[in-house]
Amino acid sequence: MTKAEPTLGGGGVARRRDTGLGARLMRPRTGGLLVLAVVICLLPLFLQNNFQYDVAIKIGFNAIVVVGLNLLIGYAGQISLGHAGFLGLGAYFSAITVTKLGWPPVLSLVLAAAVVGLLAFVVARPVLRLKGHYLAMATLGLGIIISIVLNQEAQLTGGPDGMIVDPFSVFGFTFAKAWQWYWLVGGLLFVAVWLSLNIIDSPVGRALRAVHGSEVAAEVVGVDTTRYKVLVFVVSAVFASVVGSLEAHYIMFLSPNEASFFHSVELVIMVVLGGMASTFGAVVGAAILTALPQFLTFLEDYEHLIFGLILMLVMIFLPKGIVPSLAALLKRGGDR
Amino acid sequence: MLGEFMQYLFSGLTSGAIYALVGLGFALIYNASHVINFAQGEFVMLGGMSTVFLSAAGVPLPVAVLLAVAATAVVGLALEKLAVEQTKNASVVTLIIITIGASIVIRGAAQVIFDKQFHTLPAFTGDAPINVLGATITPQTLWVLGVTVAIVLVLQWFFNRTLWGKAILATSVNPLAAKLVGINTNLVLLISFGLSAALGAIAGVLITPITSTNFEVGIMLGLKGFSAAILGGLGSPFGAVAGGLILGIVEAFGAGYISSEYKDAMAFVIILLALFFMPSGLFGKRGTDRV
Amino acid sequence: MSLLQVSKLSKDFGGVRAIDDLSFDIGPGVIHSIIGPNGAGKTTLFNLITGVYVPSWGEIRFDGKPVTGKKPFELARMGMSRTFQNLQICHNMTALENVMVGRHLHLDGRLLPSLFRLPRIGRADRAAEDQCRELMAFVGLEKYWDWDADAMPYGALKRLEIARALAAEPRLLLLDEPAAGLNDSESREIDEVIKKVAARGVTVVLVEHDMKMVMEISDHILVLDYGRKLTEGTPQEVRQNPDVIAAYLGHAA
Repeated sequence: MTKAEPTLGGGGVARRRDTGLGARLMRPRTGGLLVLAVVICLLPLFLQNNFQYDVAIKIGFNAIVVVGLNLLIGYAGQISLGHAGFLGLGAYFSAITVTKLGWPPVLSLVLAAAVVGLLAFVVARPVLRLKGHYLAMATLGLGIIISIVLNQEAQLTGGPDGMIVDPFSVFGFTFAKAWQWYWLVGGLLFVAVWLSLNIIDSPVGRALRAVHGSEVAAEVVGVDTTRYKVLVFVVSAVFASVVGSLEAHYIMFLSPNEASFFHSVELVIMVVLGGMASTFGAVVGAAILTALPQFLTFLEDYEHLIFGLILMLVMIFLPKGIVPSLAALLKRGGDR
Repeated sequence: MLGEFMQYLFSGLTSGAIYALVGLGFALIYNASHVINFAQGEFVMLGGMSTVFLSAAGVPLPVAVLLAVAATAVVGLALEKLAVEQTKNASVVTLIIITIGASIVIRGAAQVIFDKQFHTLPAFTGDAPINVLGATITPQTLWVLGVTVAIVLVLQWFFNRTLWGKAILATSVNPLAAKLVGINTNLVLLISFGLSAALGAIAGVLITPITSTNFEVGIMLGLKGFSAAILGGLGSPFGAVAGGLILGIVEAFGAGYISSEYKDAMAFVIILLALFFMPSGLFGKRGTDRV
Repeated sequence: MSLLQVSKLSKDFGGVRAIDDLSFDIGPGVIHSIIGPNGAGKTTLFNLITGVYVPSWGEIRFDGKPVTGKKPFELARMGMSRTFQNLQICHNMTALENVMVGRHLHLDGRLLPSLFRLPRIGRADRAAEDQCRELMAFVGLEKYWDWDADAMPYGALKRLEIARALAAEPRLLLLDEPAAGLNDSESREIDEVIKKVAARGVTVVLVEHDMKMVMEISDHILVLDYGRKLTEGTPQEVRQNPDVIAAYLGHAA
């Protein structure tokens, strides 16, 4: 077998990985984190009012959830159509314990994450035994059950009318200004991306990707695939829970919409739109999908129609998502 | 006691029949393409809403129904031709997102073309209640059940006795082999979408006099139909019908005897339990993975 | 003592008996082949031994310990690894990363050290990378190491499977038709690789259709037909067995 050029598979262009110094800077770990830090630091220079800060903060919140969800969907190849459920549970746990019971917000946030993580751990085993559409159905059902419970237990959650939530304070310091939230969320996003990149570039990350690539191949070389699926499910649920807690405090209001099926779908769309198995794609997807509706509001009644059309067109023409498609395009251009 | 029981049973059968029709639509499209069409519920909404607006514009009800079903079928064909067919080799998740995008588009279009109000239709043959074993049912309930039975029988005949039905079955079992023996698999795909859309529309027309309709009713109906198809075992049309009826009945009894607030949750609790114990649905293929 | 003991093993698939009351032993340190006509149950047997399928009846012992019903990853921990007839390659990874998945057992697979990327994680990964590149050279894939798996030719992927299995450092390596779909010279190269693997002290069990290869490299051959043992013995014995000629070589000749 001494063919110089590959002929099978790949469908055309053979891709090789560059290892030069310049390419190393382009690698997600170093170059990407640098770019992200620069963007987070410079963005405030362009934010002119509270509305724009608000959009930026919401992008940050969504991006953190989606970075976590991308570990599950993009890397491990396990879909979840119910992740807003975990987000909603985290949010309500914080909202109720802080606002009604007067717990310290940070404690509530951590306990919420622990409780949601535990719940995710308990359901993960039976749920992740399922594959493909059956997995989609199970996670969807789980999310909807959570959202129905949040809607119905009105004496606790305020039901469909929602509930007012106390602001977020740490040791007497209360986050009140938009810029304070901006730096909090920006910092957390940076940490989330860093953690995600760490996982991917490690034995755990390889195990997750192998689960996606070929479960049985991973098993026969000693990867306990069930354990890793459960692990990544819990991690992504914890990411969602933490964001849920913070978001409730930030908006100071919480309604069951946070846990709705549509919100779950939005999160998955962000993963796929940005590009599966691309941490920065997840951030880009979150940014676009959070900002887009803000730009479309002038369309009023036509907003959903146009939004849906854009979504369909992007997915039809860039089925691998924006970041991987652009990266492939750049690479092809570079090879010539 | 018996009256109450029968009342719940009929109520469950009625919504179960609708779930069955929606689930059938999922199964048909899944069989032909392995795509889960999350816009299936929107077909139900389109059927009901179009009929409402056509008949409000003075079109006689039977004609309005035919037109609405035909128009919805055209939307189904367009979805296949303009979106699904354009995405060869897309991953399952990408396809799911595309059909979700389509559902958003259809809902968005409906709120512009129609409106955001709730609408209803007159019952097809009056409202005079019928007493069956202590339960009071409306003639419309009989319409729902009767038409569903008729559709299932017609489909049975279609798949087992006609060339086109067999071509669709062949494509679902092995698309490549079907192509090799000369079946136009693209056309099969197109027909499946058209047929599913028509089925959805019929369900929408049937249920509107009972539950009324608006531009958002497709969301929950779609999810319940998906549940029915999954419960029955994806790709089994018979399973989808059984799954739909089971869901409808469980929901009705759950709402009646346990908690009406959690009516919508019942279906999903059942499906989770079912999937935990039978990971391929009730009638799904249960093969061992070949490696 | 035998490394692998299979006793009275049976597997039913909905009324069809794929493996029927099969018993045999595999001793350490040699190359064993399992042959038989199509549908004889060779791949099913592999799937049973490696835990991919659960036997309907019978017992499997590995290293003297009962392992019936154990999961593939548990068996891998005990020192068993395999390749697949229908390639099981992770197409979302590079060739090197595929092999590195094979190192999983020898690396720290816990979440927290990876999450915070402790320095030893990076160090161990770099060492694993070197080992895996050596392994790739060992199977003749040195020039493909940085390729995406989905861009690699079929013959190279067959060897990638072997490299990945070897990365786990198994004591028992099961190869399911490693030469299927390869041309003559490619098959000879695989021959060499298998001999080198055996020379390292790894026990190799081989399912193969290429009779020339089987007869040349095997120390011991087990012949299956309709899920039952037809005979077993040295290549010489098997070649002369009239049943084998009738059932198998007869068709091939």
